[in-house]
Amino acid sequence: MFKKVHPKEDIASQSQVKSSVQRNIRTKLLDQMPELEKHLDELMPKKAALTVVKLREHISLVVVNGEVLFFNHFDEAYYPTLKLLHKYPALLPKLQVDRGAIRFVLSGANIMCPGLTSPGARMDVSLPEGRVVAIMAEGKEHALAVGITKMSTDDIRQVNKGHGVDTIHYLGDQLWKSLFE
Amino acid sequence: MTDAPKNVVYCGVCTFPPEYCEFGASLPRCQKWLEANHPDLFTALYSVGGNVVAGEKGALDELDSDSKKLAKAIGKEEAKLKRVQEKKASTMIVIKRIERTKKKRVTSVLNLEVFDVELKKAAKQFASRFACGSSVSKNNQNLEEIVIQGDVSEEVKAYILQTWKTIPEKNIQLIEEKKKKKPEEEV
Ligand SMILES: [Zn+2]
Repeated sequence: MFKKVHPKEDIASQSQVKSSVQRNIRTKLLDQMPELEKHLDELMPKKAALTVVKLREHISLVVVNGEVLFFNHFDEAYYPTLKLLHKYPALLPKLQVDRGAIRFVLSGANIMCPGLTSPGARMDVSLPEGRVVAIMAEGKEHALAVGITKMSTDDIRQVNKGHGVDTIHYLGDQLWKSLFE
Repeated sequence: MTDAPKNVVYCGVCTFPPEYCEFGASLPRCQKWLEANHPDLFTALYSVGGNVVAGEKGALDELDSDSKKLAKAIGKEEAKLKRVQEKKASTMIVIKRIERTKKKRVTSVLNLEVFDVELKKAAKQFASRFACGSSVSKNNQNLEEIVIQGDVSEEVKAYILQTWKTIPEKNIQLIEEKKKKKPEEEV
């Protein structure tokens, strides 16, 4: 998603949102990531200004106190930034790719099923299609990407070919780089 | 399991968690940075059986074709860095006082971009600092330069040294361009 769209250069509009909209965003985030409950007041204090930055191609960023925390596409699921996920690894269910897949993911490629079913890979959770996941890697402690399942984990195992997970945000993409500017 | 936020170290060179530095072309610089800033992490990541794997290509665990590609990319990256450094060392920022008419003088600044300064931004900074017009334009050799309306050579030099600390004073040169006095000689 952030291979070409740049979070700072491709801004279409940005606005501080009303408290009703803010409540909606909070509800949606909690629905999707129940684990967030424990941290939400710390991450998004009710009094802090919440800005929604709209980018090209219908991407929106949720920004609190100048820090990008989440983003989504159209009105679909929210994804945490990798920096936020590194801080709170329990936010998302984890799928692990084998070592050989790492460099492909780091170049933004979607994840093929065999990269999730080989001996170095792990799928310890059972998930449906369309679930936001943390992409972990063999031998590594931290997530290298966030993605969304294109098949259920059962199908990934059984079919074992084609794209199992779409890579949405990865170490080194434009969003990641903008977090360090 | 604790709920406290995890404190993650990010590489000062490539910004990745250091465990992922091995996939980037800046690996040798990443390793140097980690060794200097987080020696414990450096040891944990790069020592095998008590021996610290030497930087450069030593850290590539298997010499399959991928690692060879990476080694090549690292070589290229290093060479590029060296070229950039050499260029910086040998480039002069030229601040020129130009006489447009007897009364009107402008100041042009050349080569700032070699030192990673964004010319458009710098032109704006000059404009607000010296309260005068300042813009980026192409000179007669088709090189981009900043032209400031007014005679501010000394001030520009001081401002550059103060703003971009990596630019050494010896790389700044002040010169003067007078109106040609004897145009008849050119005929
Ligand atoms: Zn690094």
